[in-house]
Amino acid sequence: MTYIGNKSDLRVVGTRPDRPDGVEKVTGRAVYGADFRLAGQLTGRILRSPHAHARIIKIDTSKAKALPGVKAVMTAEDLPNITSEEAFVGEGPTNFRDQSLNVMARGKVLYEGHAVAAVAAMSPSIAEAALALIEVTYEVLPHVIDVEEAMAPGAPILDENLFTAGVDPKPTTPSNIAKKIILKSGDIDAGFAKADVIAEGRYVTAAVHQAYIEPHACVATIGADGQATVYASSQGHFMIRSFCAKLLGMEISNIRVIPLEIGGGFGGKTIVYLEPVALKLSQISGKPVKLVMTREEVFRASGPTSGAVVEVKMGAMKDGTIVAAQAVLKYQAGAFPGSPVQPGLMCAFAMYDIANVHVTGYDVISNRAKVAAYRAPGAPISSYAAEQVVDDLARQLGMDAITIREKNAAKAGTKTVYGVTFPEIGYEAVLAAAKSHAHWKAPLGKNQGRGIATGFWFNIGGESSASVFVNEDGSVSVVSGSPDIGGSRASMAMMAAEVLGIPVDNVRPIIGDTASIGFTNVTGGSRVTYATGMATVQATEKVIEQLKQRAAMIWDISPDAVDWKDGQAVPAGANAGGFDPLSLAAIAAKAGKTGGPIGSEVSVNAQGAGPGFGAHICDVEVDRETGQTTIIRYTAIQDVGRAIHPSYVEGQIQGGAVQGIGWALNEEYIYGA
Amino acid sequence: MSKTHVTTTINGEPAEFLAEAGLSLLDALRDEVGLTGTKEGCGSGDCGACSVIVDDRLVCACLVLAVEAEGATIQTIEGVATGDTLHPLQRKFIEHAALQCGFCTPGFLVAAKSLLEKNNNPTETEVRFWLAGNLCRCTGYDKIVRAVMDAAAEMRGA
Amino acid sequence: MSGLSYTAPSTISEAVSLLANASGLAKVLSGGTDLLVQMKSGRLKPALIVDTKKIPGMIGIREIDGAFVIGAATSGALMGEHAGLVAAWPGVVEATNLIGSTQVQGRASLAGNLCNASPGADSPPAMIAAGAIAVIAGPAGTREVPVEAIVTAPGRTSLAKGEFITEFRLPKKPARSGDAYLRFIPRTEMDIAVVGCAIAVTLDANGVCIAAKVALGAVAPTQLVVAGAAAALIGNKLTDAVLAKLDAECQAVCKPITDKRGTIEYRTKVAGVLARRVAAIAFQRAGA
Repeated sequence: MTYIGNKSDLRVVGTRPDRPDGVEKVTGRAVYGADFRLAGQLTGRILRSPHAHARIIKIDTSKAKALPGVKAVMTAEDLPNITSEEAFVGEGPTNFRDQSLNVMARGKVLYEGHAVAAVAAMSPSIAEAALALIEVTYEVLPHVIDVEEAMAPGAPILDENLFTAGVDPKPTTPSNIAKKIILKSGDIDAGFAKADVIAEGRYVTAAVHQAYIEPHACVATIGADGQATVYASSQGHFMIRSFCAKLLGMEISNIRVIPLEIGGGFGGKTIVYLEPVALKLSQISGKPVKLVMTREEVFRASGPTSGAVVEVKMGAMKDGTIVAAQAVLKYQAGAFPGSPVQPGLMCAFAMYDIANVHVTGYDVISNRAKVAAYRAPGAPISSYAAEQVVDDLARQLGMDAITIREKNAAKAGTKTVYGVTFPEIGYEAVLAAAKSHAHWKAPLGKNQGRGIATGFWFNIGGESSASVFVNEDGSVSVVSGSPDIGGSRASMAMMAAEVLGIPVDNVRPIIGDTASIGFTNVTGGSRVTYATGMATVQATEKVIEQLKQRAAMIWDISPDAVDWKDGQAVPAGANAGGFDPLSLAAIAAKAGKTGGPIGSEVSVNAQGAGPGFGAHICDVEVDRETGQTTIIRYTAIQDVGRAIHPSYVEGQIQGGAVQGIGWALNEEYIYGA
Repeated sequence: MSKTHVTTTINGEPAEFLAEAGLSLLDALRDEVGLTGTKEGCGSGDCGACSVIVDDRLVCACLVLAVEAEGATIQTIEGVATGDTLHPLQRKFIEHAALQCGFCTPGFLVAAKSLLEKNNNPTETEVRFWLAGNLCRCTGYDKIVRAVMDAAAEMRGA
Repeated sequence: MSGLSYTAPSTISEAVSLLANASGLAKVLSGGTDLLVQMKSGRLKPALIVDTKKIPGMIGIREIDGAFVIGAATSGALMGEHAGLVAAWPGVVEATNLIGSTQVQGRASLAGNLCNASPGADSPPAMIAAGAIAVIAGPAGTREVPVEAIVTAPGRTSLAKGEFITEFRLPKKPARSGDAYLRFIPRTEMDIAVVGCAIAVTLDANGVCIAAKVALGAVAPTQLVVAGAAAALIGNKLTDAVLAKLDAECQAVCKPITDKRGTIEYRTKVAGVLARRVAAIAFQRAGA
């Protein structure tokens, strides 16, 4: 296939055309989750737990059901009580049973905001009145919020059937520690024995929410024939389909999920909260049901990422060689297992070539909302701690912060603690760019300081589908299965245009629903431009093969004697110059007579994504009397590979940096205040 | 429950709707009038996604009661373009990639339009403070501020 | 929301009568930026909303012989656009213009900011330092009280049933006077004060302070008038020793709570820091 990244004569890729969904979005016409409506739809509302941890003794919905205008009331009793089953549906592993219990509590509520019942009614005010009529009897239980308190002996146990995995022998008492993971390479003790200096620290990071501006929203409808349609904004409509099928005991083919515009996700819309509930309410009422979260519900019941405690110890020799790196990661998972502690372990020291590494991770449940993926899930938490300790080593050694990183930089051939040997990577180039940047050498004013930190993310591939059609007039449609969260329609159109050799304006990209395009994993993990892009490029290439065949038929020569050049079929070889080139439009006009419509769909399971490295330099000024911290200057250096649309790549980096600043300075969940 | 009949002018056109006393102008615009370009991000005046201009004053539609809008002149995102001609701010937002998911974009555009109507030559600091009540989680704001500055320059004929 | 009714009377007496005779909870609506949030969250469930903005005089600023009458429902945006008010009482205007966002400033009113009775409100300390008077209409007629007499506890005011504030009066600014307000928030904008401090001073021809009023916000259940801090300024120029005394006097009266915005110790310390900084601005504005 065409490797766009290596092509030297790019015409479309690397330019900055207007995005295809731009006009819709600047005029208010783009339809997001809460903007969609179906005729006769009911308004749904969810009753949520006021307690952090309680046994549900009884839910009496009779008064709510009796209220005029109420068309459906449901609890977990209306959902199949499914068994535990690992699911690889969103971003990172989860469990179908946990998801079922998360969308509607069964037996116990595990966090403040946990859904316990839902209603659908003729109006918002009736739905709200109905919620107030649902009587829930709770037996309030002791709760635990803090990760280390949840790990401690005697902590309130959330799940009596949870025994720590990854411990030998298998524990006999239940624990809030869902899993213990150890990754190691070399001999950590021998490494520390070689060290001339040792630095260590304990770093506590807050749980923060992805805080997409669009609250979760969907409309669901199911007919008497069991055919269901869900209109929703998410990072993966196939993900919604999978969860709805499993949680409701439905066949996947009976569920069609139609993606609406998504108002931000950052990982937080890679799992379901509302859709199975809306479908069940629709089934009970026989009408379409719309569910929209309030901002308060978003914060109480969805996301966030893990708060964590990370302990890091590193040792280096006098010349700056880091000889040992050890870390213990305690990550909050929220009410159900599944924190991103595993990628946290893998990413912590991935920037460095260190002979002796030992990292231990704990996946810990507590009475908080279940965590969801968030921008390189798990990585910023452990990198933050590891990078502080690297700085401490540099200070002890009197070394420059970039120099110590250069000295230990991972490069092609470096074997990571998780077993992968890096191919050609960009970390050294990132460091070189940081070191030569004017920012690194700029003078600092009074009360100002400068820091640098580097980071790593795998980037992933995975399953993606795309189809490319040549329309009757020679214009091109590109359909993919990836929700567009930040400009992927633009990049798909640009890649197709690049390969076809036509202007990007001639390509219209759309997102296909679950019934009109092949299976596609969620938009997450930094995979779409790569994997869905790969499917798009391959589908485009197949279309070019067809176009060449059609031209060959028109000219009555062998397809081998046709080249595709600058958006046209041209005769090649012995026939070169023998015919006038045939444009896309000319070939499309004759498609009916040369074998029918021209188009191709390709599904891939993309492998081999190149890892990403970045370095950020930040200057802050601190008011010594109040502690107020002001960002004075911020420079981000990122190895992005080939930027398809550079403006949107820049935007991702700028947005990520600002989220990081928020995490570092302002954002947190505060309980009990 | 009794509803109040509210008569307004929205984007230059007469518009009438019925409102319960507690209905917000945001819900009225979205659910009663069908103008869903104005978004709800928080419902508490913190995010600015529901920015609209009421009688020449920039406000959060979620913090206005629909019944208060009796007799008011309201501008929403749907009225920012003239026919199929985009407002310079709309063009510059696209050109500068000042939107990613686009959900906050209508609020930013309405707020920025309100700024430029009062001050056609704002400094970057003035733009940032004026837009401080419009939250964007995607872009980090840099491209938004550039787009507003560039639109202002174009509108001044600079 | 069921059972809620809305009314927008056109006279003060009509509004008083509606408020006084309401059977359930009746709330005055001016800017609504606090009220609507509290209704949406379910914290407040009023039966009646009395929108006062249709009453003549409730919105707008009149300058009378150098003094100012500000309608109680006047927004911060209108105050910021009034050149005469900005010139005379910059501290009052800057405090009001710190409330929320541009959008909130387009609606949020002086009376609302005061009567919401939040310890962290921005405009009350500045109004108190400036010597503002609130004019209250009620079933027994009108009365005038200093702004510091309105808030009695978080969420509570001294207004009786049927009463509401119709206007605020700011005195004519004496010669060689200046006022200023600063608040501390960890961010740049869009936050609620951890501490707020307002100071108004009058100097003599030699730059010696002859009158001062110091008010603190967010360090006690209500705004505090700090007499000791004013005394520290009066009779003095702004020397390091005077600033230190001002700082200490402000810290001494703080009775804050520890919450998500700051600890007792932090708020107390920052109150002193802000007082020093605000005094410097106020003295400079007074021509020192």
